[in-house]
Amino acid sequence: MTSLTALCTLLAVTALLIILSYIAWQGIGSLSFQFLIDSPKPVGEGGGIGNAILGSLVLLLISSVFGLPLGICVGVYLSEVGTGRLAGAVRFIVDTLTGIPSIVTGVFVYAIIVLPMKHFSALAGGVALALIMIPIVARTTEEMLKLVPHSLREGALALGAPQWRVTMGVIIPAAAPGIATGAMLAIARISGETAPLLFTAFGSRFFPSSLNQPIASLTVQIYNYAISPYDEWHAQAWAATLVLMTLVLGINIIVRFLTRKRF
Amino acid sequence: MSASKKSFQLVAWLSVLVVLLAFVACGSGTVSLQGAGASFPSPLYQKWLSEYGKLHPNVKIDYQSIGSGGGIKQLKEQTVDFGASDAPMKDEDLKSAPGEVLHIPTVLGAVVITYNLQGISQPLRFSPETLADIFLGKIKKWNDPKIAADNPGVTLPTRDITVVHRSDSSGTSAVFTDYLSKVSAEWKEKVGAGTSPNWPTGIGGKGNEGVTGQVKNTPNTIGYIELAYAVQNKLPVAQVKNANGNFVTPSIDAVTAAASASAANTPEDLRVSITNAAGAGVYPISSYTYILVYKNQKDAAKGKALVDFLWWGIHDGESHAKELQYAPLPADIVKRAEGKISSVTAGGTPLR
Amino acid sequence: MSAVTENFAHPSSWRRVLSPTGNTGDAVFRVLMFLVALFMVAIVVAMVWALAADSMPSIRQFGFGFLKSQHWDPIHGEFGALPFIYGTVASSLIALLISVPFSLGIAIFLVEQAPHYIARPIGFLVELLAAIPSVVYGLWGIFVLAPFLRQYVEPALAKWFGWLPLFRGSITGIGLLTGGIILAIMVTPIISAVVRDVLAAVPGSQREAALALGATKWEMIRVVLVNGAPGIAGAVILGLGRALGETMAVTMVIGNRPEISLSLFEPSYTIASAIANEFTEATGDLYLSALVELGLILFLVTFVVNGIARILVWNVTRKTGGVGRAA
Repeated sequence: MTSLTALCTLLAVTALLIILSYIAWQGIGSLSFQFLIDSPKPVGEGGGIGNAILGSLVLLLISSVFGLPLGICVGVYLSEVGTGRLAGAVRFIVDTLTGIPSIVTGVFVYAIIVLPMKHFSALAGGVALALIMIPIVARTTEEMLKLVPHSLREGALALGAPQWRVTMGVIIPAAAPGIATGAMLAIARISGETAPLLFTAFGSRFFPSSLNQPIASLTVQIYNYAISPYDEWHAQAWAATLVLMTLVLGINIIVRFLTRKRF
Repeated sequence: MSASKKSFQLVAWLSVLVVLLAFVACGSGTVSLQGAGASFPSPLYQKWLSEYGKLHPNVKIDYQSIGSGGGIKQLKEQTVDFGASDAPMKDEDLKSAPGEVLHIPTVLGAVVITYNLQGISQPLRFSPETLADIFLGKIKKWNDPKIAADNPGVTLPTRDITVVHRSDSSGTSAVFTDYLSKVSAEWKEKVGAGTSPNWPTGIGGKGNEGVTGQVKNTPNTIGYIELAYAVQNKLPVAQVKNANGNFVTPSIDAVTAAASASAANTPEDLRVSITNAAGAGVYPISSYTYILVYKNQKDAAKGKALVDFLWWGIHDGESHAKELQYAPLPADIVKRAEGKISSVTAGGTPLR
Repeated sequence: MSAVTENFAHPSSWRRVLSPTGNTGDAVFRVLMFLVALFMVAIVVAMVWALAADSMPSIRQFGFGFLKSQHWDPIHGEFGALPFIYGTVASSLIALLISVPFSLGIAIFLVEQAPHYIARPIGFLVELLAAIPSVVYGLWGIFVLAPFLRQYVEPALAKWFGWLPLFRGSITGIGLLTGGIILAIMVTPIISAVVRDVLAAVPGSQREAALALGATKWEMIRVVLVNGAPGIAGAVILGLGRALGETMAVTMVIGNRPEISLSLFEPSYTIASAIANEFTEATGDLYLSALVELGLILFLVTFVVNGIARILVWNVTRKTGGVGRAA
């Protein structure tokens, strides 16, 4: 049986290596320092993804600022505060949110933020990504909080701490690695999203100067290059994918390091 | 808990940074314009924006390709300053727009027929009826007598034809189905012309890229794509019989010829379909692509920048068209486009 | 301590309602959490409201026939949702059928069997699959997976299992099976990562107790799995959510043909792909509202599927008596 599970893992890792090597083979030729700091240029003139990298980071930050606290709070509610049928209904509704195609979320944010403001903006893009993030973070937070042993809760309560201190000071830190997993999954998910950004953050050739303006992002840039007819742009799309995955891996490593179990 | 305190501090500082960024304004004196729309002319427009930006560094123009329909929609919602569309706007769209919209033609493009067949070295030829029947699903095999009649002396394989069409709504589909509707009454009745036809047969690829990829990787396929994709991917391109009875290879000159030949029939607002135009060297599946602007601009500074850019585009910009496989406008159409651009006003005063 | 005991002894009535312990901080905390949860619910309700409002023209025009009709013709104004519902459910089902066993296998291997120095890096690698943008999955699917399936896998399946209606039909490499496989690859990192954490959080005492009672290693692992069943169900639901809503990658390899066919080789069409393909170009109110109604239907499909999953989990935990989690 061990060989069976080892085989599953081997297959998954092999799939990853196949895809990664394909991406690398296609894109490694275009990677250069210049590529990482330039803004895009017309076909035949080179150009780079500098503004897209910065744009993606800004969008990631905005969506995390909105999405992580809200998602964790919902998770805390579902696990610690909510009772009975109301919590069940909330959980059900949050689950449904995970199944919405990201393009529908993008169109929704377009309708409530972009149309009234009459222009596309990085803010709208961040909000759309946050909406995609929240159910993932909420669900994993709830599951991880529930898995913290009751003895920890009871011990803290027995020491006289009020519930909010128990939750914030004992349970969340105990579940921190698991919550970090949820956050990482959410960040990985939204850093690969294209469709919602097309209606909200829109895209730009320039370096971002304001949150109130359209902003470039790696995924939209990859999408635009990938569907073009030019091999040069295709190669840039693959190289940009490598950069994107390195970015996500980097964030993953940092967060894991900060939330590692120290006992 | 020091690590989580540190991470909290990090997040706090980053949030401050984000808030600061929100208040950094653009440099004063720069004019920003947003455009959106068709993906077909996008590479050319990116070239135009870059070249124009070198001449006028205080004008920042962005263009995103989200599709012709997207361009029209965003223009109507006034979230962008100009739109771009392959197919001209319909009457209902024009009526429901908040202001009068002008169509400025910029360049021309061709929809080509590409295929994947082993052992065929010279380009295949198709007459319009054969094409319609293939895409209707009535001709199922490559060695069908109708295809053989178009290609005397060529040994065609006995395989089944796999049709590849666009799965997403697209101006390319609109142009191709517009052509098929003109040359086949059955097509016009059964399927019609539009951006999302109900294809009677075949598999759908997403975008020109998707169709290109499928034709390239799947044997015995036939599909339709923009000329630039066929050239860049070195795919075989078929010759199509035009209204005069000549089999024409799609080329930039053949496309410009289609526009010149239709110039006389082009209405005043420049909304016209030039498929199946009459003329000796005309390639029959050609089309304009337009930039859409409001006749009455709200912001005079933006309007002036826009008008200047468009003027530059239809004159100096055309010189970049050929190297990117776009067909430049014929001279008489440039004249008429000039007239349209000159009629753009802001608060009553013309901007040019 | 005395302040606390006083609070316990004489909490004011509103405090008693808001917080059983009678502590102000608690009351604020509980209300805050509740408000946030309510805010999320409000957003979802707003989304459903917006979807419903925008699909009214289509609902008025087609009524329930929309769900039964198989005809999708934008030019002539005829719209039917059944092929899309079938494609969405079928592709997600295939994805889960492939992915869940694999994800469980991966999670079990990494938590129970692999040595620590292998488990962490390999865990990273599997999670990295989640970071690949979906458009890249789509391109890889067109250029690598589809030809591979067309040349090796689908002919083999047709040869050995061609008597099943599932494996008949023309072999182009583009179709429901390819879409399902790509979805499976995209969904595996999510399910396996969450299941890993769930299994890791099962207390060691449970494992030791099982082993002490004479269980073999695999019987012990079964105990751990049952212990973590609700968490595993949560993980599967997250994965299912991703599968139902995935747009770009599926669109590029599923063939986008609004037709229902039993064969896995034939092209199909999912709701998310339809919206992505046609939304920006949709002109005319009826067309747009038909697309929005598709989005609404996807919402409802997610509801129903979640409900079924919940009932299944409830059945499992009911039989096993809901294992406690005392340390």
